[in-house]
Amino acid sequence: MTIERHNYDVLIIGAGGAGLRAAVEAREAGLRVAIICKSLFGKAHTVMAEGGAAASMGNVNDNDNWMVHFRDTMRGGKFLNHYRMAELHAKEAPDRIWELEVWGALFDRTTEGKISQRNFGGHEYPRLAHVGDRTGLELIRTMQQKIVALQQKDGRETGDMESGIKVFAELTITDILKENGKISGAYGYWRETGAEVLFEAPAVVIATGGVGKTFKITSNSWEGTGDGHALALKAGANLVDMEFLQFHPTGMVWPPSVRGILVTESVRGEGGVLTNTSGERFMFKYIPEVFKKMYADNEEEADRWYEDQDNNRRPPELLPRDEVARAINSEVKAGRGTEHGGVFLDVSKRLSADVIKKRLPSMWHQFYELAGVDITKEPMEVGPTCHYVMGGVEVEPDTAAAVGVPGLFAAGEVAGGMHGSNRLGGNSLTDLLVFGRRAGMGAVEYVKNAGKNPVSEGAVTAAAAKIQAPFDRDGGENSYSLHAELQEITHNLVGIIRTGAELQSAIEKIADIRKRSANVSVSGGRKFNPGFHLAFDLDNMLLVAESTAKSAIAREESRGGHTRDDFPGMNNKWRQVNHISSFDGTKVNVREQVLPMLPKELFDLFDVHELEKYMTPEEIAKGGSN
Amino acid sequence: MARKLNLRIWRGDSDSGELKDVQVEVNEGEVVLDVIHRVQATQIGDLAVRWNCKAGKCGSCSMEINGKPRLACMTQVASYPEGETITVTPLRAFPVIKDLVTDVSFNYKKAMEIPAYAPPADLAPGDARMQQVDVERSQEFRKCIECFLCQDVCHVIRDHEENKKSFAGPRFFIRIAELDMHPLDILKNRKKTAQEEHGLGMCNITKCCTEVCPEHIRITDNAIIPMKERVVDIKYDPARWLGSKIRRREGL
Repeated sequence: MTIERHNYDVLIIGAGGAGLRAAVEAREAGLRVAIICKSLFGKAHTVMAEGGAAASMGNVNDNDNWMVHFRDTMRGGKFLNHYRMAELHAKEAPDRIWELEVWGALFDRTTEGKISQRNFGGHEYPRLAHVGDRTGLELIRTMQQKIVALQQKDGRETGDMESGIKVFAELTITDILKENGKISGAYGYWRETGAEVLFEAPAVVIATGGVGKTFKITSNSWEGTGDGHALALKAGANLVDMEFLQFHPTGMVWPPSVRGILVTESVRGEGGVLTNTSGERFMFKYIPEVFKKMYADNEEEADRWYEDQDNNRRPPELLPRDEVARAINSEVKAGRGTEHGGVFLDVSKRLSADVIKKRLPSMWHQFYELAGVDITKEPMEVGPTCHYVMGGVEVEPDTAAAVGVPGLFAAGEVAGGMHGSNRLGGNSLTDLLVFGRRAGMGAVEYVKNAGKNPVSEGAVTAAAAKIQAPFDRDGGENSYSLHAELQEITHNLVGIIRTGAELQSAIEKIADIRKRSANVSVSGGRKFNPGFHLAFDLDNMLLVAESTAKSAIAREESRGGHTRDDFPGMNNKWRQVNHISSFDGTKVNVREQVLPMLPKELFDLFDVHELEKYMTPEEIAKGGSN
Repeated sequence: MARKLNLRIWRGDSDSGELKDVQVEVNEGEVVLDVIHRVQATQIGDLAVRWNCKAGKCGSCSMEINGKPRLACMTQVASYPEGETITVTPLRAFPVIKDLVTDVSFNYKKAMEIPAYAPPADLAPGDARMQQVDVERSQEFRKCIECFLCQDVCHVIRDHEENKKSFAGPRFFIRIAELDMHPLDILKNRKKTAQEEHGLGMCNITKCCTEVCPEHIRITDNAIIPMKERVVDIKYDPARWLGSKIRRREGL
């Protein structure tokens, strides 16, 4: 069999915001770039981002700047963030947004004609650049059109629009290849035909997004199967802090077929309130000690804040997502939830029908079409849904280079460290842009000095055999039922509230599915066969689930997107620890690694009394790492 | 309450195919995509269907349901009379790959033919000032989720493969209109090239595209008609005609 072969300078796996931003950077530096998307071009999960992109442009409140944004990000992540990533992100986010505007994005405007910014959970000032509630669509379409613009430029210069950037749509990568300890390319298949493809490239950027489909109730599309996490692990990279998953507090809960679909945080940003079935606005009961200074403890003040943000504290509905998700979970557990296991979120009392339809058009549409609820008149029913993984590939912050694998880079949701134990809403879209660009730059620098590193025939044969295997097996289980089983386990045992005993049982059960998955057999042929595709996705999800469960059992505290019923409090000793997952070919191993300490100039941005809530007295006494 | 639904699904590829009847369970609130997934998981493991977000935001699960172009994720099973068979077939305007999946690469080729956004060369990042009212016209078109239902329903290409070469289709007319109405775009002649190079003149305003748009973009009224009117104005305005003959004009 002759295999389709391609040669590029950089191979980008994933065509969401991070992948496309990396592609732009690498192409503008003159490299030849291949972009691989698992779906059609422009369908990546980035389109689902609703609320906005956080950047301290200060267009609405000029007290805002990168230092305030940095502080908010660190607080949101409970200081487990890699400080350097949070710093780069806060400093560079405004430039990345303005740059999108130069490429044709049309954000909503302030009365002065600048980019408008909205409030969001955990952000001290209105900070999210947005377009109604379809900001992610604007971002991906702008990037997609920027890629086309670059292709048109190449076309004018070379006569071939695809000479500098080519998009390979509906192609799945099954292996990242290495020779001599360095990246040499990747192997995969066209979803349409099942035909195999070899890419040779000295640099690979992983930008594959999240892992939501590992869980039963999720806001993620089918693509969120942790492919990049698993590909990186298998290529010898590490994953950092995989125990931290963000359960977005507000997913739809009814009807069952829409369970998990996201209800944007902008609903709360625009004034939506959360109530239980007794009509109580319950969030006032759940303001943690560390946030008491910033959040209103009574309804009057919370309501006044929408009009006067300088003299009032914020409503507790706008606490970071982990706090709100846990609060909703507790209300439902205490029997004060709706019959479908949610609580009420109501925006109809504060805003007029016209304003709701203008500011939250896709929410109105989504509830009207899918649940028969008119949100301009009635409350929504909402509950937590698995939304985002904070953990991911361990990278060098400045270059997005994966630690331990020369030539491999990772950016966006698949990379770890930036968000610590909990991501603030709005920080994802700018994360994609800031670190997508840096991964592109990192790859450019690397390729300059990297010589040729051809893929060996042995590596090709092994990768090809793996793709053929499920067709050659007979009578094994089907991938759909194993996937459903995995989702039950993660939902019940590795979900929003965890215990040591449940995690132990999850680890055993995941190992059992992993064993059985080695026998998965596939019906039908290679041509656009979803059962076949899922067999590979399943393998990836199993590695992710194993990393998550093993990291979660090791962390004996509750912090951000990791809540242990048996270790309810936050423990400052654990703040100094990252969990590093690696793969030895048969199982995931998790070890502790010391989290880099803030340097003095960043340490000094905080009130020392605030830091005392997160750090040990010894760390405070040092006052920063330098 | 679960009930049984008769679902008729087109199965086949570019060579041949046929409608296949299946019986599948359906629960309260489910959309057509849910029952297709159930068929996939329990009866036909290799049934091909495209989908991503399942929330009407990505435009992947476009197909024809009882002959009408629709998003399967936004079509409630309960919107059809109980007991009625629901028939799902692939988009008719594009070549079938397998089952409900079609080759929509036509659209991506057309996208590459539309001249990109062209801001003033001296526009520095952060310097743009635009009023909300001025960006709103283009924002309406930027709501497009590229489901290509408008392309599928458009009779200029639906049963006329031969027209595809010279016709970009409604999706790209709104793209051109969006750029043409963009407050900062400086490229001239967008309307003229829409007419002369992208087939705007072949549209005879039957509004089918507007009717199927899941984002309720007023494709015909707000993009196609205004562009056609301007083109007509300029083509037949005697003063302009004369002007264009006496000195070089920069465009429309």
